[in-house]
Amino acid sequence: MADVTVGVVVFPGSNCDHDTEHAVRSFSGVKPVMLWHNDHDLQGVKSIILPGGFSYGDYLRSGAIARFSPIMKEVIEFARKGYPVLGICNGFQILLESGLLEGALSRNSGKKFLCCRTTIRPVNCSTIFTRLYAPSDVLSIPIAHGEGNYFAPPEVIESLEEHDQIVFKYTDDAGNITAEANPNGSLQNIAGIVNRQGNVLGLMPHPERASDKQLGSDDGRALFQSLFTHISGI
Amino acid sequence: MPYTAKIKVTLRQSILDVQGKAVEHALKNLGYGTVESARIGKYIEVTINEEDLAAAERIGREISEKLLSNPVMENYSIELEKVN
Repeated sequence: MADVTVGVVVFPGSNCDHDTEHAVRSFSGVKPVMLWHNDHDLQGVKSIILPGGFSYGDYLRSGAIARFSPIMKEVIEFARKGYPVLGICNGFQILLESGLLEGALSRNSGKKFLCCRTTIRPVNCSTIFTRLYAPSDVLSIPIAHGEGNYFAPPEVIESLEEHDQIVFKYTDDAGNITAEANPNGSLQNIAGIVNRQGNVLGLMPHPERASDKQLGSDDGRALFQSLFTHISGI
Repeated sequence: MPYTAKIKVTLRQSILDVQGKAVEHALKNLGYGTVESARIGKYIEVTINEEDLAAAERIGREISEKLLSNPVMENYSIELEKVN
């Protein structure tokens, strides 16, 4: 059977595109396809990943200009048709700017750019991205961002809760969701959310940087495996 | 006829402005005891070539809402001036 293809969008300023490509390639039966931001052809991929980085130098706001890159028109249509789209870090920021996800990311409450290991818990394991996790799992996955402070108006937070759209939360090493374990000031320790339909996930931590034991953790692999298992069946 | 749209984008009051806080603390450390707070925003000038002021303002507001500000966390204000 031919490999299932997964698109990794390359914006000017993306810097986790090759890490993501490498992680995707490490799964058998899956082939990464690099998609240039200026193109319109999604080349028949079954899922799209918007990687981390500093698209357009984060000018104006993180993700604000990338959201209007030519390929984003197709990515938005692709997502609206129900195909899975995953945004990691800057990719999450782009998904929020594009309106595929609700809310916004402002500067980390502690002022610093944070590049460190965090622990998160998959609080919703019924999504196509998290099926291979258990809610009690405590995952070691790094973050690297200056603007990861998730914010949304109270009515949006209520709606996210009501529809089970909060997928990852920052925790301490024991898995407790505490204020001390919140690295960036995100409301309710939110590290990742999914859209109402369940096919668009955005998260600040980098699963591709935790996809090989040699990197110190492979806790991110099950996210990719969940997604690839899903698209293999599409 | 070109108009200059002078657009100010500021964080909503409910959003923690960490840059503003850092500047506020620096000013207080410099001894400016009467400084109460500082907020940091963006100032953007856009030249718009439209027939009249109303059309230029319409474009100015549209681009402010679409790209220049993020209504989830920011407000904007706009002033227009005729370019001579």
